[in-house]
Amino acid sequence: MSKKKKMPKAQPAEETVSIRKPESEGAPVSVQKEKNEGSGAPVESNGSCAEPKGVPVEPADLVYKKPKRSKKDRKNSILYLLPSLLGVLLFFVVPFFVVIYYAVIDNPIHAEFVFLDNFSRILQNSSFQQAAKNTGTFSLAAVPLAVVLSLGMAILLEQNIPMRSQFRTFVLSPMMVPVASIVLIWRVLFDYHGVVNLWMSHFDWAPIDWFKSSYSQIVIVILFLWKNLGYNMILFMAALNAIPKDELEVARLESASPLQIFWYIKLRYLSSTILFVAILSLINSFKVFREVYLLTGDYPYDTLYMLQHFMNNTFRSLDYQKLSSGAILMALVMVVVIGCLFLAEDRFGKDVEG
Amino acid sequence: MRKLKRTVKKAVLTIVAMIFAVSFLLPTILTMANSFMSEVEINTNYGVIFNQYREREYGERNTDYVPEAVNLKLIPDMVTGEQYSTVLLKSPEYLLKFWNSVILVVPIVLFQILIALGAAYSFTRFRGRLREMIFFLYVALMLMPFQVTLVPNYLVSDWLHILDTRWAILLPGFFAPFSVYLLTKFMRRIPVSLIEAAKLDGANEWQIFTRVCIPLCKGAIASVAILVFIDYWNMVEQPIILLSDADMHPLSVFLSKINSGEVGLAFAVATIYMVPTILIFLYGEEYLVDGISYTGGVKG
Repeated sequence: MSKKKKMPKAQPAEETVSIRKPESEGAPVSVQKEKNEGSGAPVESNGSCAEPKGVPVEPADLVYKKPKRSKKDRKNSILYLLPSLLGVLLFFVVPFFVVIYYAVIDNPIHAEFVFLDNFSRILQNSSFQQAAKNTGTFSLAAVPLAVVLSLGMAILLEQNIPMRSQFRTFVLSPMMVPVASIVLIWRVLFDYHGVVNLWMSHFDWAPIDWFKSSYSQIVIVILFLWKNLGYNMILFMAALNAIPKDELEVARLESASPLQIFWYIKLRYLSSTILFVAILSLINSFKVFREVYLLTGDYPYDTLYMLQHFMNNTFRSLDYQKLSSGAILMALVMVVVIGCLFLAEDRFGKDVEG
Repeated sequence: MRKLKRTVKKAVLTIVAMIFAVSFLLPTILTMANSFMSEVEINTNYGVIFNQYREREYGERNTDYVPEAVNLKLIPDMVTGEQYSTVLLKSPEYLLKFWNSVILVVPIVLFQILIALGAAYSFTRFRGRLREMIFFLYVALMLMPFQVTLVPNYLVSDWLHILDTRWAILLPGFFAPFSVYLLTKFMRRIPVSLIEAAKLDGANEWQIFTRVCIPLCKGAIASVAILVFIDYWNMVEQPIILLSDADMHPLSVFLSKINSGEVGLAFAVATIYMVPTILIFLYGEEYLVDGISYTGGVKG
């Protein structure tokens, strides 16, 4: 089995890899097993690997040394934080405790402690259920799509194609366009008498009432992706750029297929960015109320009734108990989901390494 | 053979990228192009869509002839500035709403960054346990959606009796944690040796802050300013909850309300509303891209 036998000439390449980044051994070695022919490549790799390169240094964390601190400086520097901290405490933190207080009392006048009653009441509220379900469905559809598509586009733009920077500009441009400005054209496209249905009629497809049917979420997902893909793509492009070139070079010289390079090397470096993009998209998916509101107003079709609609209507009736328990539930869900994403990244990151 | 394959691959990739690019650009271009149509032409092209809204909301029937099918047009038959002259000269209400947006967004961008610079400096210079915890609090707050943060904001505005005034939006905007997070991330990349050197030269904290940190952060400040500006230029949730007086609403909310009556006009107003962000984009794309990359924390 000459295939599995390690080529002596390739040996140094493998060594240098392990010198550079000890944890990365797994990827190039497993690539090497499937290598069939040297054809001069290993010699080249010898040459390029001969020059010593240091382990990539994380600038912020490793270089940072604790400066000599005097008590006076310390006190002084608190002053710089103070305006911001006071504002945050006043506008976000302190009232949030009041929100918690409101959530566990009966009503603001009697202030009778009812513990979880408000929560169970809101969970049984049918419009809350509807809103939570819609928002959940939307996020479940939009977030993975946003991550995968933007990663795909970042990889596409990494290829050697002409006019890359123009493409980047075009894809990023929706981010700059206020939602309110684009709503009109979206109506023209997706109205029952709109352009999309007109095109579909050429193929003899039945027209769909996009804003008032179970398809309505699709329109919003498209609008969401249109607006957010550019941002995510930039994040992925930066992350792809940050992958050490020499490691990719070695893998390529060891004739790893592009798919292997992607799976064993790139994805490993990208995992934290994937996590970040997922969290960001999740937060943005909660903001999609904007698009829905501007397109369909206060009382949209059932499948477009989002959590923010529920909150708006509750604000109108000023039911503090409902508002507070709703806000707390949402905060908890955010904490849990983001926690899970972190755990998944931890797992996944290790998976790729091992 | 191999070369051919590579050429084909490149061509396919280019075409895919072009399709993406065009589909991303098209809605914006269409909006801009349609703003140069006359009301008559808009009615001919899109009447079938917008007349139903008009009928429902005003009970008035449009008696002009309207074709059965919608007609999406990129280039108007006759380019006219009619809509713009109406918006800019004849009906001041749109300009007033535009001004509403400006006086909400510009102070927020300025003060949020000023306040955040101080906080970021403090988070950078001393990294004790307490301060790391406070920083974590900021990050957690940043991750919370409006549905969560608006309730506390509403309560405070109510206590301070600033509900239904612009301060209800301005003040929470000044203290929003996003810029603190981003500027801290950037400032922590400034080599400590620079700050130490300034200290050895006898600079005090204020001088280090204003003469070393802020000049080094110029690019980052531009990036943050752009990101914050876009975010608030787009705001919808805060005004509809915190400002019950529709006269104070920014154009981002008001735009959706003029849609049904005067569609041609709405296209023009929509385009005018895009102008500031598009100008920023054209002149500051690099800062924007840098800013986005810093949020991911991978740029270095």
